[in-house]
Parts: sequence; structure tokens; C-alpha cells
Amino acid sequence: MAVADTLARRVPPRRRPPRRRHRLVLLAYLAPAAVVLIGLLGYPLYQLVQMSFYDYGQEQVSGGAPVHWIGLDNYTALFGDPQFWSVLLQTVLFAAVCVVLTILVGLLLAFLAARLRPWVRTVLFIAALEAWAAPAVTGSTVWLFMFDANFGIVNEVLTSLGMAYFDGHSWTFGKLSAFGLVAAEVVWCSFPFVMVTLYAGLRGISPDVLEAAALDGASGRRTLVSIVIPMLRPALTVVTIQSIIWDMKVFGQIYIMTDGGGIAGRNLVLNVYAYQKAFASSQYGAGAAIGVVTVILLLLVTVVHLNITRRRGEEL
Amino acid sequence: MKRSVALSVGLCAVLAVVACGPPRASSTGPATDESTGTVKVWLFQEANNAPKEAVVAEAVTEFQAAHQGVTVEVQYIATESRAERMTGAFNDPGNAPDVVEYGNTDMANYVAVGGLADITGALDSWAEGSGLDPRIVESTEVDGKRYGLPWYIGVRALYYRTDIFAELNLRPPQTLGELVETARQIRAAKPDLYGISVGGRYVYGLAPMIWAAGGELATKQGDRYVSGLNTDAAKSGIATYASLINDAICPPANCAQLTGTASVQAFASGKAAMTIGGDFNRSTVDAGEARGKYAVVPLPGTTPGSVAPAFAGGNNLGVLRSSKHATLASQFIELLGGRTYQQKMFAAMTYLPTFTDLQDEVTRSNPALEPFVATIKAGTKFVPLDKAWATIDAQGVLPTMVQEIAVGAKTLDQAVAAADEQMNSLLAKG
Repeated sequence: MAVADTLARRVPPRRRPPRRRHRLVLLAYLAPAAVVLIGLLGYPLYQLVQMSFYDYGQEQVSGGAPVHWIGLDNYTALFGDPQFWSVLLQTVLFAAVCVVLTILVGLLLAFLAARLRPWVRTVLFIAALEAWAAPAVTGSTVWLFMFDANFGIVNEVLTSLGMAYFDGHSWTFGKLSAFGLVAAEVVWCSFPFVMVTLYAGLRGISPDVLEAAALDGASGRRTLVSIVIPMLRPALTVVTIQSIIWDMKVFGQIYIMTDGGGIAGRNLVLNVYAYQKAFASSQYGAGAAIGVVTVILLLLVTVVHLNITRRRGEEL
Repeated sequence: MKRSVALSVGLCAVLAVVACGPPRASSTGPATDESTGTVKVWLFQEANNAPKEAVVAEAVTEFQAAHQGVTVEVQYIATESRAERMTGAFNDPGNAPDVVEYGNTDMANYVAVGGLADITGALDSWAEGSGLDPRIVESTEVDGKRYGLPWYIGVRALYYRTDIFAELNLRPPQTLGELVETARQIRAAKPDLYGISVGGRYVYGLAPMIWAAGGELATKQGDRYVSGLNTDAAKSGIATYASLINDAICPPANCAQLTGTASVQAFASGKAAMTIGGDFNRSTVDAGEARGKYAVVPLPGTTPGSVAPAFAGGNNLGVLRSSKHATLASQFIELLGGRTYQQKMFAAMTYLPTFTDLQDEVTRSNPALEPFVATIKAGTKFVPLDKAWATIDAQGVLPTMVQEIAVGAKTLDQAVAAADEQMNSLLAKG
């Protein structure tokens, strides 16, 4: 969809203000989409917010006990939990690393793809798309196999190269080591989207512009910084926001690869924390509060990013 | 954009205030107790389910023959997804079963959410019922009311490798202190082996050591439980257990995340010289490297000759509160959970019976069960019968504590104090 957006941008937008009747027609056309969006996104969000103000557990759901409106109690309990703040910080750092690495890898491979022969490019795309298509559960499990302390191919290769330290080395034991491994898996399964989108963006840059830059004597680096990156910015904006949202919401990879959040919960991220603290024990109200906090955080990120982009005079 | 976000968040908040709360199932119990129709039964699916199905089918045939116009429909559900299935059953009485098999640690929670029917009346007037092991019956009661018929039990004991013990000239440990020492000696002599495989997430390996030291997970004060972790006795048990997850015995890098099942698997695959495993784990061990090279003794206590109280695990048969066939349902569990079918179930699945005299009988015919029955006879204990236990379990309060000590993230005192506080705040929520 994002690819389509980027492509659609090349068609100059119509600036003529629609007349009143046009506006009604426009609304009529938008109505079905609005109904679907409100039904599929608005209603669950509304329930989430509502639940977060109640003492809402399994007893209440199954009708065994009355529901109590407890105002902000779920939130005060959450903000009063020191673990929440350390998990939040951990989540932001983890997501930041994942986003930066994903964009870098995706961008570099997009540049590479633009220079490859078509058949090599097709092979690259197919390989990358398979990583993308792999469900988080499958990908995580395969990575765990590869990095298994005793039977993993990685330790086997490293040991056979003379690095005896890796004989039986556990990659998921150390806190940073576990985070690093999960980050690598997250980057692996999310760079293809970035690569494909940015590749489409690169193809959208007219060769004439590049030729003009070359004729003006611009160096390769100068062309990149002053021409290519600015022209890629809309696509970069899309993939950055998408990546931030994805990487803040990581669940399966952490849950599977660190066995539910690591030793003594030291590899928890926000979503897994919400699951362990609330949903696993049917405290849906408390879990909803964590969900609302996540939604607000991600909305803030998106709004800030959109504003920066808009101030630059660009449209998404 | 900003304004519309603010608007929609505001709108949601307003809606939440005026609305009458999040969705919930109707809480009214059924008005009817029908004597014909279909009785739906959910039992747990076992790794080797065919013998279980055969015995259950026999009970179903007998029951249907005795009750005209009654059909019993049995479904086997996976243990791993039981939480979702049971939640679904409680929320949607229309599709819920009448009879369920459930793990006894889940009971307090099921009762609290109003899912299980009080079957005290039916069980008290059941003639066979007086032969049930009274300590096990206790684990099916909440506030003096009975919510389940104990169908079979499981207890854990100490598995050890006879070949390795003979080679190193060791004897099975007589006390927990000796257990730690023996485990250390084995790993020192055989660095490829864990002295004993136990894990950071093995609550039922930890609990016996707390109990053996004279501690409690929680004690009842008035009508509420409070955590018993932060006492000298409990702490000494926790220290003993945590000292096993150590590079010299069972390295934290491998063992900190092990559950009970994973601990037993490590032993079965020949990676460990000892483990704490249940009678229900024998088939797993027999399927692995350790087959024919192991023996079992009760887990020792702190003094020679004593036995560490084991956790009385087990499964009950219960009737759902939403059942429209409550009488038929309790009659069916009295048949399936009765003496005759417990005997058949033991023959088929080696489920340890809950009738005291049957326990003696099966030990006589099956010496391998002797250490487990001895463990039961020495006295078993149970987790706090409080619905908060499900939360304490789900949030991994005890595993986190053990892991923090084992990897040195916190001292014993710090970790126990934190777990104690967490447990108390969950228990206090009531």
C-alpha cells in the first residue's frame, strides 16, 4: 500500500477546492471506508480505553462479579511500578536500534538493487521477500535453532574456525546478547519491506535529474545527499514510521527467543510485559491500560514525525 | 491532525464515562436440571491418549445404558490451551461442557470466576466418597465447599542415574544438604553432566525445599493468605534450591529458564545425573537415554530419613456452574472418578488413584511406584487455595525470584523481599 502511495504521489494533486456538492459526493464515496475503519479500528480502541478504567478480570467477563469503575487506578498502579519504566526505556532503545538498522540495511540494499542486473535483482527480491513472508513465530524459531547453544550451526561454525569460546555458548543468556539476537531477527524480517519501498522510490527519481547533477559536476556523495535522499524522503518517512510502529510492538520474537522475556524478565519489552503482567493472568483492565499507553506513545511519534515532514513543505 | 487525535481520545473518554461498562457474559445460572439429553465432557488430551479414550468410552457406555435418553459426548482438549478453552466456556455457557477435567492448581481461580458448580451435596451423599484420601479431598475445597472429585494425583520424587552413582561410588542423598554436595561432586567428576537438572521456572521443584525447611509459600491469617516467603525457614529452602542453579551443578546459562518438563527432559536425554520428576514423567524418561539406568527415591528432607513434603499435584473432575444437567453430570463424575474406573485408569494410564486403599494396591503390583506412594504417605502440601495464586503463577513471581538469585542480579534477601512484597500485594487484592 505504501508503495502505491509513493507511486501515486507522482501524479500532481489537484488543488481546485471542491464545491459543496462535490464535497457531499466525496463524503459519500468515503463513507463505506469510514464505516469499515470505525468498525475495525475505532470500536476496539474505544473498548480498550473503556476497559482501562475498570477493574476488569475474568470474574467480571464471565459475570461472576460486578464491574467496578476504578478511574485511573490501573494507570497509577502501572506508573507506580518501577519495572514499567525500565521496560519502557528498554523498549524505546530496542526499537530505536532496530529501526536504524532496518532502515540502513534496507536503504543500502535498495541502492544495490538499483544497480544490479534484473535477474540478480529478482533473486535478491525473492530471497528477501521470503524472509518478510516468514511469520514471526517461524522466523524466531529458526533463528533459535541456528543459535542453539549445543546444536546450532552458528556455534558449530565458529568453533570449527578455532573460536573455542563459542562451544556451548548460550546466545540468549546475557541480557545484551539476547537483545542483540532478537534485534538481528527483527531486522532480518523487516528490512525487505524497507528495501522494496525505497527501491520503488529510487526508480521514481528521473534519470534526467541525476544526469543534470552529473553535468553540474556534483560528486557521488553530493548527489546522494542533495538529490537522492531528499527525493526519497516521502518514502523514507513512510518506512520510518512503519518501522517505529512495528518495532515498538514487537511481541513474538521476544516472547519466543527469550522464552517469555528473558531470565527474571530482563529482556521484556512493552507488549510482552503487558502480556505477562496482565493478560496471562486475565487482568484485562490493567492490560488495557498498558495498551492505551502504547497507542498514545505511537500516536505521538507519528504526529511529531508528520509535523516535521509537513513543516518542510512536503505532503505524505 | 493533532486536533483530531485529541478529539478522538477525548471522545473515547467521554463515551467510556457514559457507557455502562465493558462487555460481560450474563451471570445467571441455569434454571433447569434436565434428566435427559447430551452431557458434554472435556478431558485432557495426553501424549498417549488411546488407552485413556478406551477406559472413558467404557464408562460412557455403562452410563448411557443406565440412563435412558442420555448421550455422553467426550472431547479431548490440549493442556496447553486449557486457559483459553476454559475462559471461553465460562464466557459462553451455550457452548460450554457440563463436566470438565482440570488441574487442581487452577481450581481456586475457576471457583473465583464463578465457573465451577458447588458439588458438596452430591459428593457428601456418595457412598464411595469416604474412601478418598482426606488430604487430597482438602485440595478440592474452597471455604468448606467441594468443587471437584479428585480423579488422580501426581507427586514428584528424586530420579537418579544408577550407573553414574555406581561408577562414582555415591549413594542416593539422605538429606537436601547431601543432595547439593552429591550434585557438585558429580559435575566435578563429569563436567558434561548437570549434577541435577532443575530450573529457574520449576516451582514444584522449589516448593518442596521450602516446605522441607519448615517454611510456607503462604500462610492463612484470618480469612486471607499472606506470603510466607520472607521467613528464615523459607529463605533457607529457597537458598538451597537456588544453589543448585550454579555453574558447579546446573549452569544458569542452561538451567535458569528450565521448567519442570524441560528439567525432566534434560535428565531423560542423559544430560543430568539427577532430577526432580513426577510419577507421570516415567514414560518420558523411559523413552530417553536414561532408560533402564535410573532409580527413584523420595526427595529427602533436611534430616536423614525425612522426606521433603511434595506438592500434591493432580486432576479433578468438576461440574460447570452453567450446566443444564447438573445431576447427570455429578452422577457421571462419580462413575468415572469412582473406584472401579480409577482402577481401570491406573491400568491404562498409571494415573495414581485418590483412594487410599487403591494406592496401596497399585504399589504392591507395581514396585516402581513405591517411592511416589511413599512420598504421598509422608504428607503432601498444596499451593495457597486463593484465586490470586493463578496471577502469582502467571506473573512468574517465584521463578523471577529464583532466577535473580541464580544469576546474581539480586541477593537472596533482596530477591525474596521483592517476591514477598509482590505476592502480598496480589493476595491482598482479594
